[in-house]
Amino acid sequence: MRDFFARLRGMNSRWQYVILAAIVLLFPLIVRSNRWVQVANFFFIYAMLGLSLNIILGYAGLYQLGHAAFYAVGAYTTAILSTHFDVPIFVLLPISGVLAAIFAILISRPILHLRGDYLCIVTIGFGEIVRIALRNDVSSLAFLANIPGLAFLRERLETAVITGGPNGIMGIARPRILGLVFRQQWHYYYLFLAFVAFTIFAMRRLEDSRLGRAWTCVREDELAAEAMGINTVHVKLLAFALGAAWAGVAGSLYASWVTVIAPESFSFWESVVMFCIVVLGGTGSIPGVLVGTVGMVVLPELLREVLLNIQQWRMLIFGAAMIFMMVVRPEGLWPSQRFRRELELAKEMATPGS
Amino acid sequence: MALLEVRNLHAYYGHVHALRGISLTVEEGEIVTLIGANGAGKTTTLRSISGLLRPREGEIVFDGEVINGVPAHQIVYRGICQAPEGRKIFSTLTVQENLNMGAYSLGNDRAAIEANRRRVFALFPRLEERKNQIAGTLSGGEQQMLAIGRALMARPRLLMLDEPSLGLAPMLVRAIFQTIREINEQGVTVLLVEQNARAALRLADRGYVLETGRIVLSGPARELLGDEKVRKAYLGES
Repeated sequence: MRDFFARLRGMNSRWQYVILAAIVLLFPLIVRSNRWVQVANFFFIYAMLGLSLNIILGYAGLYQLGHAAFYAVGAYTTAILSTHFDVPIFVLLPISGVLAAIFAILISRPILHLRGDYLCIVTIGFGEIVRIALRNDVSSLAFLANIPGLAFLRERLETAVITGGPNGIMGIARPRILGLVFRQQWHYYYLFLAFVAFTIFAMRRLEDSRLGRAWTCVREDELAAEAMGINTVHVKLLAFALGAAWAGVAGSLYASWVTVIAPESFSFWESVVMFCIVVLGGTGSIPGVLVGTVGMVVLPELLREVLLNIQQWRMLIFGAAMIFMMVVRPEGLWPSQRFRRELELAKEMATPGS
Repeated sequence: MALLEVRNLHAYYGHVHALRGISLTVEEGEIVTLIGANGAGKTTTLRSISGLLRPREGEIVFDGEVINGVPAHQIVYRGICQAPEGRKIFSTLTVQENLNMGAYSLGNDRAAIEANRRRVFALFPRLEERKNQIAGTLSGGEQQMLAIGRALMARPRLLMLDEPSLGLAPMLVRAIFQTIREINEQGVTVLLVEQNARAALRLADRGYVLETGRIVLSGPARELLGDEKVRKAYLGES
């Protein structure tokens, strides 16, 4: 197994890329199955989410277990503006991203000084707050009518519908471009593929940028980073904003694809899946996140196919596989060079007499 | 006018009154050393100057401007750089990448970064030999060179060094101190915190002796070296 991955990383021939690109481009024609194209679409959505979380978790090293909240903000922004105001999806994509980023800045600014597990707990809390707020819709604000003088608002608040409560929002418009409406799974396949390709390209650039290096320093040693002239608060905030913006765009794409969204699509479990995608695949590594997405999204689907009659075993196998991974390969399936070094150094320091 | 002037500095860690009214000056071009035992407040003084710690009382004036309350990352832009205690290099980055991070405040001014890198490599030829090595795998002495080199990459007017001799063999200490002198001769003012009082006082122009958050003695380094109290307390002579 180890050898296999080493060889895979070592290979660098142009042919490899050509073959891979051909398979990816022709995938809907090869499989000729709506279901597997659909699985591929899920893969793309989660790949985007994983890559966006990778900015926060991988590059900046901030433990974030509430990423579904940003995903939800993007999806609901698109759903609400699309159903109420008929704004076209392609206009909503950037709007959803920007709103998710603003939301992320607002909630992360007060908690940025927290470290490690503490930050993690608070982000779990934020994720849940968002989901519950979506479930309750505006009716949860009906208590405001108890304030003397505001009683006249009671009826309006109790009947107002914005997020649709537990039912969510239906009838979200589909994307259209030059008269072409995206309807089939394979239409979305190419739309999502384009977005994922762009995301990968952008992440590559980000890794090598000044900001990317600043994130690495903050992750390694915040104090030293500050002593180098890096505004650590600013840099961490940017990680949250960029990660959230990308998750928001993914949410917007998701909403326009399934056309029905509900709070349960953005549960804590979703945040856990995204977290696992990054950690299992390889923290801070773009190919790692893609491999992790295969493991977390595509593999369960494959298992569903194979073990149809014992479906309830699915999660058990899944859990066992995760524990196995953490023991055998804690650096992830396809780790970034840097992260592997970090682990190796930590291990060396932990062994006495080395 | 002094390059750096600290007046009546008070700082706390929680309820612990760590600095109880520190005043000191550093003239342009000098090497000034702060010596004292563990917990005397040497590092706290440096941290206050570099903005990593906010003093509760007192004033820090650098080049005519009050700088207490200025965040640490902006202090760098004013020309003060620190090689922190325990080196704090970025251990998973290469030597070269570490140096580049030191020049973070220079932005994309490639010419300046390149010039500074050449200057650092001239001071520490060993770093050039190892420029592609992962910093965490360097020896202790090399890591200290890297920490100093990284601080120099921002081309500071005032270089603050926190215990550069910590954990190094005597021969390496001599080499590092020799380089600090060279750096100083190139026009960089140095504020040096040391437990190795003898070496520090031999190198410095002036010195301050700290005890439990107060300055108990100060003067030209040569005089301090000859001072009976200093000899007894810090130089291990009876």
